Amino acid sequence: MQRKRWMFALLAILPTLAIFAYVRIYPIGDTLRLSLHKWDILSKNKPFIGFANFEELAGDPLFREALLNTTIIAFGVLLITIPLALVLAALIYHRTRSRFAGFYETAIFIPHVVSLVPAAMAWKWIFDARLGPLNALLTTFGFVPKAWLFDPVLSVVCIIVLCSWQALGYAVMIYLVGFKSLPTSLFEAAKLDGASAPQSFWYLSVPLLKPITLYVSVVTLVSGFNVYAQAFVLASDAQGAPGRQVRVLVLDMLENSFRNYRVGYAASEAVVLLAIVLVLTLIQFRLLREKGVR
Amino acid sequence: MKPLPENTSSRGMSMRTKERLVNVMIDVVLTATCLLMILPLVFLVSNAFKTPQEMLAWPPTVIPDDPTVANFKAVLGDTPLLRWIGNSILFSVLSTFCILATSSISGYILGKFRYRAFNVFFAIILATAIVPFEVYMIPLYFQAKALGILNTTWGLLLGYLVMSFGIFLIRQNVIQSIPDELLEAARIDGAGEFWIFWRIVLPLLRGALGALGVLAFFQAWTAFAWPLIVATTRDSYTIEVGLALFQTGFTVDLGRLSAASALVLIPSITLFVLLRRNFVQGVASTGLKE
Repeated sequence: MQRKRWMFALLAILPTLAIFAYVRIYPIGDTLRLSLHKWDILSKNKPFIGFANFEELAGDPLFREALLNTTIIAFGVLLITIPLALVLAALIYHRTRSRFAGFYETAIFIPHVVSLVPAAMAWKWIFDARLGPLNALLTTFGFVPKAWLFDPVLSVVCIIVLCSWQALGYAVMIYLVGFKSLPTSLFEAAKLDGASAPQSFWYLSVPLLKPITLYVSVVTLVSGFNVYAQAFVLASDAQGAPGRQVRVLVLDMLENSFRNYRVGYAASEAVVLLAIVLVLTLIQFRLLREKGVR
Repeated sequence: MKPLPENTSSRGMSMRTKERLVNVMIDVVLTATCLLMILPLVFLVSNAFKTPQEMLAWPPTVIPDDPTVANFKAVLGDTPLLRWIGNSILFSVLSTFCILATSSISGYILGKFRYRAFNVFFAIILATAIVPFEVYMIPLYFQAKALGILNTTWGLLLGYLVMSFGIFLIRQNVIQSIPDELLEAARIDGAGEFWIFWRIVLPLLRGALGALGVLAFFQAWTAFAWPLIVATTRDSYTIEVGLALFQTGFTVDLGRLSAASALVLIPSITLFVLLRRNFVQGVASTGLKE
């Protein structure tokens, strides 16, 4: 009987494990392996070259540009999204019983679910130098219109705005779950002691929601570091080549792999991306544990 | 929020009016924010119906003065848009099915069959969940190439067969909501293991599977980097890739782009509004990993 159960369990889980090994574990291992090898797609042999790819990356101006842009975008999105989401979630939670609550949640969440490319298209129109309402608005108020999507600095700003617009809904949703799990008795006590709503938000909700803030921050940062579609659509360069205006890590990686045929080199970029994500996740766990000890 | 007894005094009355006033102000702020959030999408849909002249109008009109379907006709003539949408639907449905199948069976086994070897599997699944897809998609591309499935739905599917988070979610649900006694009782009655999974476990997981299914569908529907490298022939594009590449063309005007985008947005927003509860439940559960 026990043996039969074990057989069933093994047979049932084997297909999933096989798939998992093939589409996750093997390619992850392959990324690590390739990063230490020199391989252009055409040649048969892949000589082992140690950390030479990483050494070259350190001095590669395109990679450094990509890393810088991606970091700015990731932290820019974080700085806009987290405070805004916290406040919006607090306000929505405060109005949970209003009949608009469903509308608030849906409207803020919709940008997170709609497909990236059509949504980016809406923003492309907004930022368009000639047709866009943003420049029209600026001109009405007497400001100088700007070439938003063709200026190297402004186009980064545009991508941050687009990414934040998309990330906000997710953060608000997770914060709402957090607000619902807070102990109401604490807030009632604070109210009896004469604390105003903003006070109990700042001195109770914000500290109590710290684990959630940490989690949402890491998720936002990680997806920020993986930004690609947004840059692809918004930041075409003057020749119309997608994504060239603002070089991001994933774009640089794909170009090295499929345009320059340097797969090993691209794999080492992927390892850098992985290292960034791992460090962020470790920081999250470390901070969470610290809190647990206290 | 129950009114306290002393609130019935005149001072309490003014406090209640004050509270109501604050609530109205909050509603105003929230409504304004929400409108601002959906305004880009509203304009996108409305631009799709505008003539080139009206696109230039300032301030932009929400409801076109002279609505036209010329943009839609043009874009459907320019591109195999319906085919791209079909590709995306097929890919998303198959991916959802595979993720639901693999997650439910392995989540159940990992939740209820506590063999030590399985704990190792689960640890590996959790550990790889941290790794972003972008990190290993290039080697995975060469695997798809070796299998000869580039530019096919199967090639797209290769990246979206399993979802670590799905396995985790189902396992949590199995542990929390399916009592061991129920399974033991069925075994004593002589039920086979497969029958138990099919007739007892799956129906009890309906809620969790619904949430996971919506999540999986939208994940595949909005996938970008993987379809971009795997599907490189015009006929095999997904809608995201097709649109993204179409918009880089020089001859393309914003009216047509808006029309194409609107064609994609309207069904997905409708689907989202219909499945909102499942979706919110699914997304909310991603935050409960801790």
